Amino acid sequence: MKQHIAVQIDDLTVAYDYKPVLWDIDLEIPEGVLMAIVGPNGAGKSTLIKAVLGILKPIAGSVSIYGKSYDKQRSLVAYVPQKGSVDWDFPTTALDVVMMGTYGSLGWIKRPRQKQKKAALEALEKVGMLPFKNRQISQLSGGQQQRVFLARALVQDASIYFMDEPFQGVDATTEIAIINILKELRKAGKTVVVVHHDLQTVPEYFDWVTFLNVKKIATGPVKDIFNDDNLTKTYGINYKVSIQE
Amino acid sequence: MDIQEYFSLVFSDYTLRTITLGTAILGAVTGMLGSFAVLRKQSLLGDAISHAALPGIALAFLFTGAKDSNTLLLGALVSGLLGTFWIRGIITKTHLKSDTALGLILSLFFGFGMLLLTFIQKQPNANQAGLDKYLFGQAATLVESDVWLMAGVTAICLIVLLLFWKEFKILLFDKDYALTLGFNTKTIDILITSFIVLAIVLGLQTVGVVLMSAMLLAPAAAARQWTNSLSKMVFLSAVFGAFSGVFGTAVSASQDNLSTGPVIVIIAAIFVGVSFIFSPIRGLLFKQLRVIKNRRDLQLHKTLAFMYHIAETHEDISHPHEIKILNNFQGYTKGTLKKLVEKDYVILKGSTWSLTQKGFKSASNLYNQLTSSNE
Repeated sequence: MKQHIAVQIDDLTVAYDYKPVLWDIDLEIPEGVLMAIVGPNGAGKSTLIKAVLGILKPIAGSVSIYGKSYDKQRSLVAYVPQKGSVDWDFPTTALDVVMMGTYGSLGWIKRPRQKQKKAALEALEKVGMLPFKNRQISQLSGGQQQRVFLARALVQDASIYFMDEPFQGVDATTEIAIINILKELRKAGKTVVVVHHDLQTVPEYFDWVTFLNVKKIATGPVKDIFNDDNLTKTYGINYKVSIQE
Repeated sequence: MDIQEYFSLVFSDYTLRTITLGTAILGAVTGMLGSFAVLRKQSLLGDAISHAALPGIALAFLFTGAKDSNTLLLGALVSGLLGTFWIRGIITKTHLKSDTALGLILSLFFGFGMLLLTFIQKQPNANQAGLDKYLFGQAATLVESDVWLMAGVTAICLIVLLLFWKEFKILLFDKDYALTLGFNTKTIDILITSFIVLAIVLGLQTVGVVLMSAMLLAPAAAARQWTNSLSKMVFLSAVFGAFSGVFGTAVSASQDNLSTGPVIVIIAAIFVGVSFIFSPIRGLLFKQLRVIKNRRDLQLHKTLAFMYHIAETHEDISHPHEIKILNNFQGYTKGTLKKLVEKDYVILKGSTWSLTQKGFKSASNLYNQLTSSNE
């Protein structure tokens, strides 16, 4: 069976100043995988996602989403930024943040209506945050804030989801809730790309993995390439991880 | 003239009405836009913009020789915008932090402006007097056309705000995300910043270069204390700003030798102070009261739980115990015991206490609640 390619990255190079953060990345992400991007701090994991989404301008290289440029395929892509990237003391409610997920399909000037509100409420329900819909966002715990961010991406009803460290600073309950949602997305045929830090959970959570450290080290099915060899190449130290079979 | 007289005159007296309307509209528009500056953590931007406007005023005078406020404010607008985009340029193109860029542009433009002002004052031209009023503002110079200009800008600002409300909100909260949704964040950004510059420039004549940023920040800081909704915050901020304008004008008109700009700013500061202390959600007073109440409740519950443990060991839960044994317990005070009696949880007899059925039941529930929430 030939799999479709959801995201194709060619020769992508990104630099903040002189030093490249990403160097000549070629990467194909097949449709329907739940993929982890792993690598040490400063390896360019978040940068890779931001470059794909056009938040950062690459120095060279191209990205295509289902064969076309990202600008044309925006509606197919949803993004969950790092929780720490926004000010949670902003005067707004959980429901309101999730509604922002509908702004893209609304376009300029048009206001969200009943239909958008309904979609936002459904997304809140999915992440178990419906009882908190009118809660001021600063009054939410870290895990709850992460769920709100996830709900905001779910509302976009995209085909490809990019998530920047969704498990950072959340408790075990939220982690399980989030991974269950990600697995459901995969079951529905969506492609999910996650910047991930906890190597221990990679085999359990993901079926696809990309090792990144400025350059791409390896990419492929977890069962084939998640091994000590690639971990050592990526992290630079002799890494031993006991892979659960 | 006292304040009462002011309010009876404000509707009939032309000058007073013009000035009051002007300061009210100015307060409303700066308050409204100030909310955005505060939420973007660009509080100092207003200060930099207003100071950056000064050389524009001086140059406009030097080139045209005109002293009407429209010409001078146009100069201020150009130089304010120039300063703003320089600041943005410095932040994006160098490693300097935004506070450094703001400070740099503020002092550079202001210094240049002062230089030009002193140069103009040395000119043998009788027409030069009065430019320095832009330093601290002079509300008395407002005329009807100035007020119309302010009203016009406010109306346009309001329309833009209503049209692009959702875009402004998402830019303020999560710029990168807005970008991935396909919004041109640069355009929205420039739109907001331009309106902030415009509002500041409009206020220079009334409040002056030095104090203008307070008009932007004070109402917004006060409004933030009262609400957790962006729309309510913007609305309240406009209301606070307008009231500061009106009260400030009233106070300064009713006393001799009180210039309007500083009084408006002080009134706005009073709004801030009152909001910081008395707002129910975020105010210091209620926060402190909540802390005290929570601590009391916890002490009460802890004491009750302690009693429950002692009573549990007896077959008869209402078996009396010495009050003395409670002394070993840290959370216990005479006050908590009295509260427990008031609530019918405990009966005191001489030097002994015993739990009532109600107290026992409540304590056992409490205990279950505590242990289950720990799991």
